[in-house]
Amino acid sequence: MYKIVDKKILNDAVTLMTVAAPEIANKVQAGQFVILIVDDRGERIPLTVADFDRQKGTITIIFQTVGYTTKKLAQLNIEDSIHAFVGPLGKPTEFGTPKKAIVVGGGVGCAIALPQAKALFNMGVDVDIIAGFRNKDIVILEDEMKKVCNNLYITTDDGSYGEKGFVTDVLKRLLEKDSYDLVVSIGPIPMMKFVSLTTKPFGIKTIVSLNPIMIDGTGMCGGCRVSVDGKIMFACVDGPDFDGHLVDFDELSRRNAFYREEESHACRMEAQING
Amino acid sequence: MANLSLTKTPIPEQDPNIRNKNFDEVSTGYTEEMAVAEASRCLNCKHRPCVNGCPVNVKIPDFIAEVAKGNFETAYNIIKQTNSLPAVCGRVCPQESQCEGNCVRGIKGEPVGIGRLERFCADWHMKNGKDNIEKPKPNGKKVAVVGAGPSGLTCAGDLAKLGYEVTVFEAFHTAGGVLMYGIPEFRLPKKIVEKEIDALKQLGVTIMTNMVIGKVLSVDEIITQGYEAVFIGSGAGLPQFLGIEGENSVGVYSANEFLTRINLMKAYLPEYDTPIKKSTSVAVVGGGNVAMDAARCAKRLGAENVFIVYRRSEDEMPARKEEIHHAKEEGIIFKTLNNPEKILCDDKGFVTGIQCAKMELGEEDASGRRRPIKLEGQDYILDVDSVIMAIGTSPNPLIRTTTPGIESNKKGCLIVDENMQTTKTGVYAGGDAVTGAATVILAMGAGKSAAAAIDKYLKNK
Repeated sequence: MYKIVDKKILNDAVTLMTVAAPEIANKVQAGQFVILIVDDRGERIPLTVADFDRQKGTITIIFQTVGYTTKKLAQLNIEDSIHAFVGPLGKPTEFGTPKKAIVVGGGVGCAIALPQAKALFNMGVDVDIIAGFRNKDIVILEDEMKKVCNNLYITTDDGSYGEKGFVTDVLKRLLEKDSYDLVVSIGPIPMMKFVSLTTKPFGIKTIVSLNPIMIDGTGMCGGCRVSVDGKIMFACVDGPDFDGHLVDFDELSRRNAFYREEESHACRMEAQING
Repeated sequence: MANLSLTKTPIPEQDPNIRNKNFDEVSTGYTEEMAVAEASRCLNCKHRPCVNGCPVNVKIPDFIAEVAKGNFETAYNIIKQTNSLPAVCGRVCPQESQCEGNCVRGIKGEPVGIGRLERFCADWHMKNGKDNIEKPKPNGKKVAVVGAGPSGLTCAGDLAKLGYEVTVFEAFHTAGGVLMYGIPEFRLPKKIVEKEIDALKQLGVTIMTNMVIGKVLSVDEIITQGYEAVFIGSGAGLPQFLGIEGENSVGVYSANEFLTRINLMKAYLPEYDTPIKKSTSVAVVGGGNVAMDAARCAKRLGAENVFIVYRRSEDEMPARKEEIHHAKEEGIIFKTLNNPEKILCDDKGFVTGIQCAKMELGEEDASGRRRPIKLEGQDYILDVDSVIMAIGTSPNPLIRTTTPGIESNKKGCLIVDENMQTTKTGVYAGGDAVTGAATVILAMGAGKSAAAAIDKYLKNK
């Protein structure tokens, strides 16, 4: 059992939890993920590590309540325990040695963009962050992101905060104006697809962090396979980071939608909570 | 009085058309009377060919003699001397190619039902017997085991009995390895595996779940924590795919994924959260026991048509005869001499069919089996909405890529010497991690040999 030592509600749908997991905290690096099971009848879900504290022995996860399991997880509080918490899984992000980078986060993906930006910032890289949200109400981690970059550009789809438009609008503008040698993108699959399409003409190395369906996270189930440059890769062991210019995002979108009907059984949860 | 019947005492089984709709065990096992009758078929041969066929050398004629006398607990204790998981082996061992394959009664008629009798003794003990598990006197030495599957658990049990302080590191949240995630409930009830694991814990074995060695701890770090030897039983968990067009379509699973969802995550029970799709028509590609397990699970989940698609003929199938027989009884349709060429899908990427080529058998190939040859122009499409790939697995690279000094062969299998020691001193390995995908009992045999070798190594250290 893994105890929850901190919990914050970042917005209506996004929760931050810090979990005591000293062995994982001791080893984890930016870009890696954990798999957790909420209770003894739960499913295994992967979540990328948002932050860690080696001294305190804790791992921070930030998740959006999209299905049954994330809703169940969001119900837990400080002092409660999570049934299983495994990691660190996947390969750490290989940034190379960039000088100037843009980190693009979309929605809850900003939770993962943040540690990536932080890692780059701590390496002495010039970092700009573009963070996209649907509207003002769901903006998260603004102060935290500001601390680890030179410029933070926030966009909202409806213009209720920051700049109206998509992250790709800002991205294109920055790339045209200045020279960057790395783009890191974490967010919804369509966003990562269009970020990769935007950077491609500029020939800039683009890292995307994928979060496909998986069970074990150690290469055993093959559920997380993605086509990268026409080859089958397992996101859990070969990734989760890949070259955005080589990923078949459309296939990934289709595969990730496989259990959408089953995920909607979250209504069961609502029935339980509301009595 | 010897029982001269040429056939085995029949074992009660659920009706095929009932059992293919539930996950309860296929066979309910011998009653005491049946067990005594079957045990009386044993001739108690002096040269004991059956024992030579057993990877863990169970004293077969001795335990069977006790069954014949009605001394079931004594019989169980004889098995237990050399086999740490009798309830498991009685159910899943390929007896026909091991003990029973060597049985003298099998020369004319059927061999003695050794597997059935082993299972009977283990079940009888679980129901009526007493476990007097005493923690052995600790010898002050620590040994680590990586992987809580058949080889790791056997190795851990044997070492614990010798007084070692054993810690087993398991990547999953549940111990048992393939016994839990792979073999379905209807062949091996999970509560039996859990009981065997509980017995190990009573012996003093510590099992640490959720520990992916190579990630959270390396083998070298385990050694620096004071473990004087390490046994690696990390299995062969990596699924293979054919590399044909459409294999990433939605609704194509590895058998590992399909079986793990069902067996380990219990997706077939409504009170568990892991989802599984209800399919109408399923093609399972492969001809081994895993293919049979996947097909029979798919049927139980409610699929109307379940096909086994296999490129050779039934004679070449690596699955146990009993599993093939059970699968057929349950309505699985065998498409032998059919090679999958391509998986078809709709515009949303969902599987709609599998294109198969018809094959014929040619000359023997390197494996000693007749090579399948494609019959041109006879391709056809099998309408299915799910495809399960059960064409084999290979060892997980996690340990070999994170442990300096450990060498593996071209197939990724760890290299060991005659004492099961890897190329790194003090680090031993066995089971599928060394042999590639094989059987539970061979892995157990390897775990047993490794435990003996580790004991010898640490005594002389």
